Amino acid sequence: MQINGAQMVIEALIAEGVDTVFGYPGGAIMNVYDEIYKQDNFKHILTRHEQAAVHAAEGYSKASGKVGVAMITSGPGFTNAVTGLADAYMDSIPLVVISGQVPMSLIGTDAFQEIDAVGISRSCTKHNYLVTDAKDLSRVLKEAFFIARTGRPGPVHVDIPKDVTAQMGEFDYSIEVDLETYKPNTVGNPRQIRKAMEAIASSKRPLFYLGGGIINSNAAYEVRELVKTTGIPAVETFMARGTLSHDDELLISMLGMHGSYAANMAMSETDMVIALGARFDDRVTGKLSEFAKNATVIHVDIDPASISKLVNADFPIVGDIKNVVTEMLSLASQIDSEKYESWRETINNFDELHPLTFHEDSERLKPQWVIKRVGELLGDSANISTDVGQHQMWAAQFYPFSRPRQFISSGGLGTMGFGFPAAMGVKAASPQKTSINITGDGSILMNIQELMTAVEQKLPVINIILNNNYLGMVRQWQSLFYGKRHSQTDLSVQPDFTMLSQSFGGLGYRVTTKEEFDAALKDAVEKNIVALIEVMVERHENVMPMVPSGGSLFNMMLLEKKKEKK
Amino acid sequence: MSDNARRVISVIVINEASVLSRITDLFSGRGYNITSLTVAPIPESRYSRLTIVTAGSVRVIEQITKQLHKLIPVLKVYEHCDLVEKEMALVKFPITENLSDISTLCGAYNGKIVDVSESVIIVMVADEPKRVDNFLSVVKKFHPKEIVRSGAVALER
Ligand SMILES: Cc1ncc(C[n+]2csc(CCOP(=O)(O)OP(=O)(O)O)c2C)c(N)n1
Ligand SMILES: [Mg+2]
Repeated sequence: MQINGAQMVIEALIAEGVDTVFGYPGGAIMNVYDEIYKQDNFKHILTRHEQAAVHAAEGYSKASGKVGVAMITSGPGFTNAVTGLADAYMDSIPLVVISGQVPMSLIGTDAFQEIDAVGISRSCTKHNYLVTDAKDLSRVLKEAFFIARTGRPGPVHVDIPKDVTAQMGEFDYSIEVDLETYKPNTVGNPRQIRKAMEAIASSKRPLFYLGGGIINSNAAYEVRELVKTTGIPAVETFMARGTLSHDDELLISMLGMHGSYAANMAMSETDMVIALGARFDDRVTGKLSEFAKNATVIHVDIDPASISKLVNADFPIVGDIKNVVTEMLSLASQIDSEKYESWRETINNFDELHPLTFHEDSERLKPQWVIKRVGELLGDSANISTDVGQHQMWAAQFYPFSRPRQFISSGGLGTMGFGFPAAMGVKAASPQKTSINITGDGSILMNIQELMTAVEQKLPVINIILNNNYLGMVRQWQSLFYGKRHSQTDLSVQPDFTMLSQSFGGLGYRVTTKEEFDAALKDAVEKNIVALIEVMVERHENVMPMVPSGGSLFNMMLLEKKKEKK
Repeated sequence: MSDNARRVISVIVINEASVLSRITDLFSGRGYNITSLTVAPIPESRYSRLTIVTAGSVRVIEQITKQLHKLIPVLKVYEHCDLVEKEMALVKFPITENLSDISTLCGAYNGKIVDVSESVIIVMVADEPKRVDNFLSVVKKFHPKEIVRSGAVALER
C-alpha cells in the first residue's frame, strides 16, 4: 500500500513501540503533525520550547531505558534543539530527533527557515540523516533507532524535507537493519577477562571505578553482585550514582572534583583500578599524571575509543558491561574477599577522618540539609533530576540513591535548564514515582516556560529551588580563585517564584525554616500538581571537598572544621 | 616514534552524501591536523577510499584511528607502517627557461612535459612525497609560475 512520508514517520514510531513524543510544530514539519492529529497510538507532549522537548526526551529515556523521541520544525525549531542534542551526545543518551526541513527544491537557496541542520548536528550526534526520498524513510528511521540504542548509545538526528513528507511511497518496516560498517562489539574477549580477573586476584588494594556506562547497559544489579562477591570497595562517578545503593557497605562515595575525601584517597592509593563504563573525564581524574599513579588499569567499555584515550589501560576489554560483568562474576570465586580487609579498613579510616558532611546553622537553612531531608522524606519513592551548579553537586553528594536510573542529571555538557524538562520526561516515563527537580535560582529560569507544559499535561514535577541569590557555582570559583570578585553572579533581583508558579496554575511555596520545608514538600506531593518550592538557603555555602581544576585528587580543599561556639 | 611523526591513514567509507565532511569535521573538532587528503571511489563497489596524511604521537594516531572507526559509514581504517606511497605534482614554467634541463629533471622523478603553449610549459612528476618535495626545491631556480600537488595515495605492501 502507498502512504505518504508523514504517515511513514507515524508508522515507524508505532512499530518502534514509542508511546510518548515531545515536540513543537512549525511549517516544515506540518505534514507530520497533521498525521499526529489523526492518530492516537502515541501521546504527543507539546513543550513550550524545542530545547525542553529534547531534554524531556532525554529524561524520558534515562528513566525508562528506552529511546527518547523529539520532533521539531526547521530553522529556529532545529537550532533551539541543538543544546539538547549536544547534551544527549555527551551523556550517551539514546534519542531519535526528527526535524522538518524546507522542500528539496528550496534547499541551498537560503529559503525561509532554512538552515543546514545536518551540518550543524554532525558534531553533536552519533549519526544523522537528510532524507531525500520517501522510499528511504523506513530504512532510515529503522537504522536511526538501531544506532541510537546499540553500542555506545547516543542521539540520532533525522532531517526530512517537507516535500518528502508529502511524497507517496511503499512502506516496509519489516526490513532487517544491515549495516556493514556498524557492528558494535558487545562480547568482551574471554581470555582478556580471565587475565584481568587473575590480575585482580593478585592485587592488594583493588578498587571498582563505576561509570555511567553501567546504567546504560542495565548492568547495575550484576555489578552489585560482583562488588558483593569480591568484597572490593567501589567509587562511583557522578553519572553512575545509584549503581550501588547508598547503604552498600562497599560503596565509598562519588569521586572527582567534588568527590568525598575517602573516594579520592582510595583512588590515589589503589594498586588496581577496575573501570566499568567510566571514561576518565577530567572532572573525575584531576591531574592525569597523578591519577591512580601506582595502579594497574582494567578498562571495560563498549566504546573502543574511550579505552586508553586518557589513561593507558593494561587490560583493555571492549564489550557491553552486562556481558563482561556476568563473565567476571563466573570467575569471581578465585578472589578472596578476606584479603582486602585491611584495605577496606584504610578506606574507612579516610572516611572517619574527613567524612562527607556539612555544618548545620541555627539561623539559615543549609542547602545540603534540604537534599538530605528530601532523601529522608521520599527516599526510594522519588526520581531526582537536577539542574547545573552547586545544588547539582549537593544532590549527587547527599541524596541516598538506592537504584539505577533514579538520578538524572546533565553530566558531560553541564546544561543549565536541563532539570525541569528532564524531570517532566522522567514523570512521563515513570508516573508512579515522585519526580523531583533539584534546581537553582539561576538554572530554573532557563526553562521556566515549561510550567505551562507541566500544568497542561499534568506532569506534577516538584521543583526545589535552592535559592542562594547567586549563580552559586561560578560565585564559588570567584570566591576561591578570583579574589572574591563576584563578576555578574549576584542574583539579588529575582521574581516572586510563588506568584510565578501560580500564574501558570502551578503551586508555589517560599520557605525559610525546616518546618516550612517539610510542610511544603508534603503538600506538593499530596496535591500532585507541578510546584516550585523556593528554599531560602545560606548564600555563601561552598561545595566541599573540592579538587581545584587541574589539581591532584589527593590535594583536596576540605570542609573547615566547625568553630567551637563559646 | 617521535611525538609528531608523519603518518598515513587509509579509510574505506560508504560513498554517500556528506561522508567527507564527517571525516574532516572529526579532524577539526578534535584538533587533529590533515596534511593532505585524497579521495576517490573504489571501482565496482559502494565504497570510496581516502588517503589521509597526518601527524601526531602514537596516542593521538590511535585516537584518530578509533574515532574514525566510530563514524557509522566507515568500514575500515588502516594505519600504514609498510607502504608504497606516491604523489603527483604539476608545475608551470615560463617557456623561456632551460627546457632541456627541466625535462631531464622530470625524467629523474617519473615525470615529463605534459603541455606546451606559447608562453608556458607544464610538467608532471609522480613520486614519493619526500622526493616530490625535493624536485620542487630543485626546480625553484627555473622560476615556476604555479605548482599544484595531488596529496598522497598509498597502499600497504
Ligand atoms: C547554559 C549554561 N550556561 C552557563 C553555565 C555555567 N554555569 C555553571 S553553574 C552556573 C551557576 C548556576 O546557578 P544556579 O542555577 O543558581 O545554581 P547554584 O550553583 O547557585 O546552586 C553557571 C552559570 C552552564 N553550566 N550552563
Ligand atoms: Mg543559585
